[in-house]
Amino acid sequence: MSTGDRPDPNRPDREIGLDGGLSEALVRTRRYFTKGVVSDDLRTLHKQGGRGADDFYRDRWSHDKVVRSTHGVNCTGSCSWKVYVKDGIITWETQQTDYPSVGPDKPEYEPRGCPRGAAFSWYTYSPTRIRYPYIRGVLLKMYREAKSQHGDPVAAWAHIVDNPARAAQYKSARGKGGLVRASWDEATEMVAAAYVHTLRKWGPDRIAGFSPIPAMSMVSHASGARFTSLIGGTMLSFYDWYADLPVASPQVFGDQTDVPESGDWWDAGYLIMWGSNLPVTRTPDAHWMAEARYRGQKVVAVAPDYADNVKFADEWLPAAPGTDGALAMAMGHVILKEFFVDRQTPYFTAYGKAYTDLPYLIQLDEDGGGTYQPGKFLTAADLPAFEGEENAHFRTVVMDSRTGLPVVPNGSLGHRFGPSGAGSWNLDLGEVDPALTMAGDEADAVLVRLPRFDTADGSAGNVARGVPARRVGGLLVTTVYDLMLAQYGVARSGLPGDWPTSYDDATAPYTPAWQERITGVPASAAARIAREFAQNAEDSNGRSMIIMGAGTNHWFHSDTIYRAFLALTTLTGCQGVNGGGWAHYVGQEKCRPVTGWAQLAFGLDWSRPPRQMIQTAYWYLHTDQFRYDHFGADTLAAKTGEGRLAGKTTADLIALSARLGWMPSYPTFNRNPHDLADEARASGRPVADHVVDQLKSGELRFACEDPDSPENFPRILSIWRANLLGSSAKGNEYFLKHLLGAGSSLRAGEAPEGRRPSEVDWHEQAPEGKLDLLLTLDFRQTSTTLFSDVVLPAATWYEKHDLNTTDMHPFIHSFNPAIAPPWQTRTDWDAWQTIAEKFSELAAEHLGTRYDVVAVPLLHDTPDEMANPHGVVRDWKAGECEPVPGVTMPKLVEVERDYGAVAAKMSALGPLMEKLGATTKGVTYDVKDSVDYLRAKNGAVRGGPGDGRPSLKRDVHACEAILALSGTTNGQLATEGFKTLEKRVGKPLHDLAAEHEGKRITFADTQAAPTPVITSPEWSGSETGGRRYSPFTINVERLKPWHTLTGRQHFFLDHDLIAELGENLPVYRPPLDMGALFAEPEIGSVTEHGVTVRYLTPHSKWSIHSEYQDNLFMLSLSRGGQTIWMSDQDAAKVGVVDNDWIEAVNRNGVVVARAIVSHRMPEGTVYMHHAQDRLIDVPIAEASKKRGGIHNSLTRLLIKPTHLVGGYAQLSFAFNYLGPTGNQRDEVTVIRKRSQEVRY
Amino acid sequence: MRVMAQMAMVMNLDKCIGCHTCSVTCKQAWTNRSGTEYVWFNNVETRPGQGYPRTYEDQETWKGGWQLNRRGRLTLKGGGRLKKLLTIFSNPKMPSIQDYYEPWTYDYSTLTDAPAQEHTPVARPKSLISGQDMKVTWSANWDDDLGGSAATAERDPILKKVGDKVRFEFEQTFMFYLPRICEHCLNPSCAASCPSGAIYKRSEDGIVLVDQDRCRGWRMCISGCPYKKVYFNHRTGKAEKCTFCFPRVEVGLPTVCSETCVGRLRYIGLMLYDADKVLEAASTTDEQGLYEAQREVFLDPSDPAVRREAERAGIPHDWVEAAQRSPIYALINRYKVALPLHPEYRTMPMVWYIPPLSPVVDVIKETGEDPEDRANLFAAIEALRIPIEYLAELFTAGDVAPVDLVLRKLAAMRSYMRDINLGRDPDPTIPQAVGMSEEELYDMFRLLALAKYDERY
Repeated sequence: MSTGDRPDPNRPDREIGLDGGLSEALVRTRRYFTKGVVSDDLRTLHKQGGRGADDFYRDRWSHDKVVRSTHGVNCTGSCSWKVYVKDGIITWETQQTDYPSVGPDKPEYEPRGCPRGAAFSWYTYSPTRIRYPYIRGVLLKMYREAKSQHGDPVAAWAHIVDNPARAAQYKSARGKGGLVRASWDEATEMVAAAYVHTLRKWGPDRIAGFSPIPAMSMVSHASGARFTSLIGGTMLSFYDWYADLPVASPQVFGDQTDVPESGDWWDAGYLIMWGSNLPVTRTPDAHWMAEARYRGQKVVAVAPDYADNVKFADEWLPAAPGTDGALAMAMGHVILKEFFVDRQTPYFTAYGKAYTDLPYLIQLDEDGGGTYQPGKFLTAADLPAFEGEENAHFRTVVMDSRTGLPVVPNGSLGHRFGPSGAGSWNLDLGEVDPALTMAGDEADAVLVRLPRFDTADGSAGNVARGVPARRVGGLLVTTVYDLMLAQYGVARSGLPGDWPTSYDDATAPYTPAWQERITGVPASAAARIAREFAQNAEDSNGRSMIIMGAGTNHWFHSDTIYRAFLALTTLTGCQGVNGGGWAHYVGQEKCRPVTGWAQLAFGLDWSRPPRQMIQTAYWYLHTDQFRYDHFGADTLAAKTGEGRLAGKTTADLIALSARLGWMPSYPTFNRNPHDLADEARASGRPVADHVVDQLKSGELRFACEDPDSPENFPRILSIWRANLLGSSAKGNEYFLKHLLGAGSSLRAGEAPEGRRPSEVDWHEQAPEGKLDLLLTLDFRQTSTTLFSDVVLPAATWYEKHDLNTTDMHPFIHSFNPAIAPPWQTRTDWDAWQTIAEKFSELAAEHLGTRYDVVAVPLLHDTPDEMANPHGVVRDWKAGECEPVPGVTMPKLVEVERDYGAVAAKMSALGPLMEKLGATTKGVTYDVKDSVDYLRAKNGAVRGGPGDGRPSLKRDVHACEAILALSGTTNGQLATEGFKTLEKRVGKPLHDLAAEHEGKRITFADTQAAPTPVITSPEWSGSETGGRRYSPFTINVERLKPWHTLTGRQHFFLDHDLIAELGENLPVYRPPLDMGALFAEPEIGSVTEHGVTVRYLTPHSKWSIHSEYQDNLFMLSLSRGGQTIWMSDQDAAKVGVVDNDWIEAVNRNGVVVARAIVSHRMPEGTVYMHHAQDRLIDVPIAEASKKRGGIHNSLTRLLIKPTHLVGGYAQLSFAFNYLGPTGNQRDEVTVIRKRSQEVRY
Repeated sequence: MRVMAQMAMVMNLDKCIGCHTCSVTCKQAWTNRSGTEYVWFNNVETRPGQGYPRTYEDQETWKGGWQLNRRGRLTLKGGGRLKKLLTIFSNPKMPSIQDYYEPWTYDYSTLTDAPAQEHTPVARPKSLISGQDMKVTWSANWDDDLGGSAATAERDPILKKVGDKVRFEFEQTFMFYLPRICEHCLNPSCAASCPSGAIYKRSEDGIVLVDQDRCRGWRMCISGCPYKKVYFNHRTGKAEKCTFCFPRVEVGLPTVCSETCVGRLRYIGLMLYDADKVLEAASTTDEQGLYEAQREVFLDPSDPAVRREAERAGIPHDWVEAAQRSPIYALINRYKVALPLHPEYRTMPMVWYIPPLSPVVDVIKETGEDPEDRANLFAAIEALRIPIEYLAELFTAGDVAPVDLVLRKLAAMRSYMRDINLGRDPDPTIPQAVGMSEEELYDMFRLLALAKYDERY
């Protein structure tokens, strides 16, 4: 309340008026001096109409045109924007509001956008804009000299890179300034020469391309991917590399990721935000959550800090970082006890029987001590009664409670392939009533040993708990449901073992009291939230939802965290229900017109198969991070394990995974694949036979068995639409040191003898500067451009045509040029065509046509999934089986490469489209009509290798091709795809797309307005009739199986290696202990070096990854440079106050930042929001005497062995579907106050 | 009765996600130019926090707005107009650039131009005032999300008033966001402070503007505005402020900040008021009576007498109709969930706010009861993390009763709608408990939750 002169309201002379008399008199005179009207009471001045003085603002609000475009930045936004242009200059942007309506009884999508997108136009004319091609001066000088000496660009490139001294000279200069302008001609000539030389000397699989997230700009992604694929190069994965892939999704659903659109949050009755800070990371969609609360939705936030989203929650559960799995397991305990055991919940039970593996039978293996362990799924192959069934090892078994006999329900993997399964790959149980439990008169109570990892350091232990078991065909079996109750510690009478006494029993996993010790969340709160979540699901038939995000997904053991979450949504029947289930939003992975994009991006219209690599393993080896791993892979094994990992390092497992064909591995062999093909041709034998012989004899080896030998180095890396070195490169300093040879602040020591790989060669001296060429296309300077040898200037999102989609809404958005690419910038599509033309010119002369051998892993959604019955590991190198391509090792495919024709192929849609069709997730589409349509729409190419083919010359041509070749955007293809699927499923499906059978979305449609997609078999949910998209609704409503072993959602996984890690079932695994693994100090310890804290790198409010963090608007609204958030307690321990300069140091590197001290942070944990690049206000570090690093300077890659599993049912490789994650959340760092005098 | 029309805004803080999109789109459109680098016509503050410029709400220091003198007459807090005229050349109540922040940029071009050198090139911050290297020590949004709370949040002037109610401890944490533009007051103290008569209210819609031709740069408006929403363009030497996007509003477009608000929390509409009553309302003795007093100034556009007077005052028919369907009128006068920001400044502000709900503190949740349970509904309101006294200091001069009632209405809406959501019969006692009918509660739900474009503006 203001004070000052206090009037006495009771004074008789109180009057209404202003000031005193003299003042009033003076002011009153103004009435005669102005054109306006002074109010009678003299308070204020009014004026009306036509005020010339306002012209400034009127002039400012004027423009010549408004252009629709969007932003391509892997934010999942996919927002439609109006870009304003005046006098040929982009002025600013505001959001479009013309989204199609969601319905009269729901909020709408408008206006989608965020402050970052609103600041984008700043880049157009900013001083960080890359306007011209640049090459590092020292390299360009050498190239010019060599070229004048040799006359030939290829010879000139060889002259530099094949000479160690010259190579070291330019490689060591990387990242240290000295970029000079070059012309497009000269830059692309040098790049093309590098490609030609590398192909000839080392082979195509020594070339890699990195461009992530096609959904954020499909044509731009496809540009370089198409070139890379056509020359046989390797495209690196991104979803797993970013740790955005929830590995639990392939494990549980057999699906990469499929989640509800944000509009479906509205349908939920109960919403938990778990490790997902919606206002910050789903800014355009957060309103749905805020608004759904008004519809009576209860909202709970689980976050270690008082995050932005906590403000909206009814309750905040501040679980300690990385312990979310413990909370989820305890919630599962409560749900199983109260909704399955104490009483049966009909909806949950019926759902569990129809849509999950709960009733499936698991064999129990005696382990010698009178106890048992869960073994393998019982299959038709194990039972004589089913003898002769096709694919019997992949037909899983339940017990029919009506008859007490084993039956094989429809819909298993064994039904998916082969003639006998046609029409029966469905979830129809018919008359069968699967028994959830083996309990009953005929059951034995059997003690099962189950793993636990809840000690402080995460080391393994056991708990023995009873399950009811029966003999089936002589085999002792129980159900997944029975094992789940044992695993979760939910006691039933008559079962022996070590059970919790009550919810308050803190000693036994997985009670509410047990989790309280670990997470800090009160036991009563955990139990209550679980109860409410399930009760809401029962009341609403499955409308309970968990929005889960990077906060829980970026951990080493995120798959176990997520499986514990998915158990909650699946037990309660929420998956495949609008308003229910998981809602994982990390990464813009949903490229809705996926089929069309994939054909273009991987050049599938001209040659197959393409090379696609798991990026995490790629860098783990090629940046030599494997040399710094001090622990064996068996460190992670369960006490119930059989010692399969003993003596093996992670690198050894990568080699195993490669040679068994589980995961891809490029470079594949320690020889140029051109030479391998030539040798086979010379010997007159099939190439596969030749390679197998060579491998068996040991004359040929897998490259991953010796990654530090020069013939196995990656030689060229091209990056576009990405900032590897300023953002996603976990183990940044390892990249700088070993890959680039640019020097680093790495402090880690290499593994001592005895802890080194046994099957991967060790070189005494680790190589530095493996890469010959780093090429980047970008429109702004980043760490990646500054460390690149060649930088090409790219057009921005307001300067090109492209397409953009997201998980978050069902619309296709277009990019459109508001202005032509300025200065010497070019669109990615244009730039890669330019490179391809130069390349083809040189390649025609130097390479001609060569043959290539491509090693292809065992692939998901193909019969390859049946290569390994029961998920048993068989290693041909150990003599356990023969090396058979496509079964026990990768397939080996010969591919012809006419290198001179690459440019022509780039710009024409190739003939394999009609010949082989286009396949997505196992459904092949006949696209002949689409090709004819495209020929008419885009025009045909005349002359050359692409003669008569539809043109892909322009970016709009590529847009039209993507739209015409995908079911989501071409109703005819969607309908036809469903009809194909119907034959296998035996249930009606094509009506889902029939309403749009004649609809073909054109690029012009997307330019006019956000355009909704068509329901298509490419995805698992339905938009039919205008409903909100929720995944798996087709599975639930139409009985189409999930792409898993049983065809149902899996709680249980039976692969050998998963069992070895004790992860058959959902389980709690704590964060990795960096003290035990790498001798880092314990969290909380304070020494003269500083305080040790958990180091987390969540997504930032002021950037999208590294984009916008350098944007002046965002910097002005934040702290203007690299910062680390810490609690006031931790700050006090090391004498830090807000905005002090601090240094964060661990074995991986050094960061210099300013501290933001706040009480909203929990003690013991700091946040360095990810991808604040080192380019903005980062001083020289005291610890290293070098420029301070980025957030990933303190992290490194740690690969979970089970992520390398392949060749078995849903655990089979597909690009970005399965692979080891580049997780980074388990790290710690030491923080101290540094000198406040900083140098730059 | 003298009917005038006023464009007004309501922001639903319960929906604000603190994203600052409004700030950026506004800045891009209006103040992205030299002389206004530090100017944010629209800004978003984290509360508790100091605001922008720092501690602007501390009127003991800044002397903005009005107060009543001993005789109960309304007088500028910074001193009567005469005093203003006499001290025109030295204005001690002007915030310095450091109270806003020293705007900066970076030497970005070095990233491209750096010669071969020992270290990776870096762009250092440079002051946009002096051009010199600087360490960034404050910004327009320095304490975003409680950043630096340990060091600076105690300087929040509101916190000082409710001090012992709030502890800055992890377990007790609360925060919310307060987006702010010019209040386009019915009783603007900026206009009254201007010695040049350059600040005026547009007769037709009440938008407060600075006449750029007439402004002489005395900056008394800056001191006079208690919300510190008039800024000095140091290049032109003129005052500038939020224009309520009049070039857009005049052609039927919402303001930039509203249309680009991704939280969908801003409403714009027309209010009719009785200009003859403003002074009396602003002179209400009891500060806690100012909220009700201002509501009394507003006229019911459905009242035939008001419509008649409006016509007489030259207000077009379609404007009167717009006032009838104004979401602002509904939120302020029908549902009574919107409250003015700092009514005690006596400027009769016209940007109002719906106060935010927040998570409950542990008291409730440890009992194992569901705070959303109907029986617990009102208990939960008392256990919200945001101290109701803090909200009351912002919106009702410290009177907690109106804030409490608004929060109960929001909670009642959620509770009532939950039954409908789950297909159960709704409970009519819920709206009754907060003095509303079922229909009213449902209509409020439509306006707050569905918030369709054409109903927000």
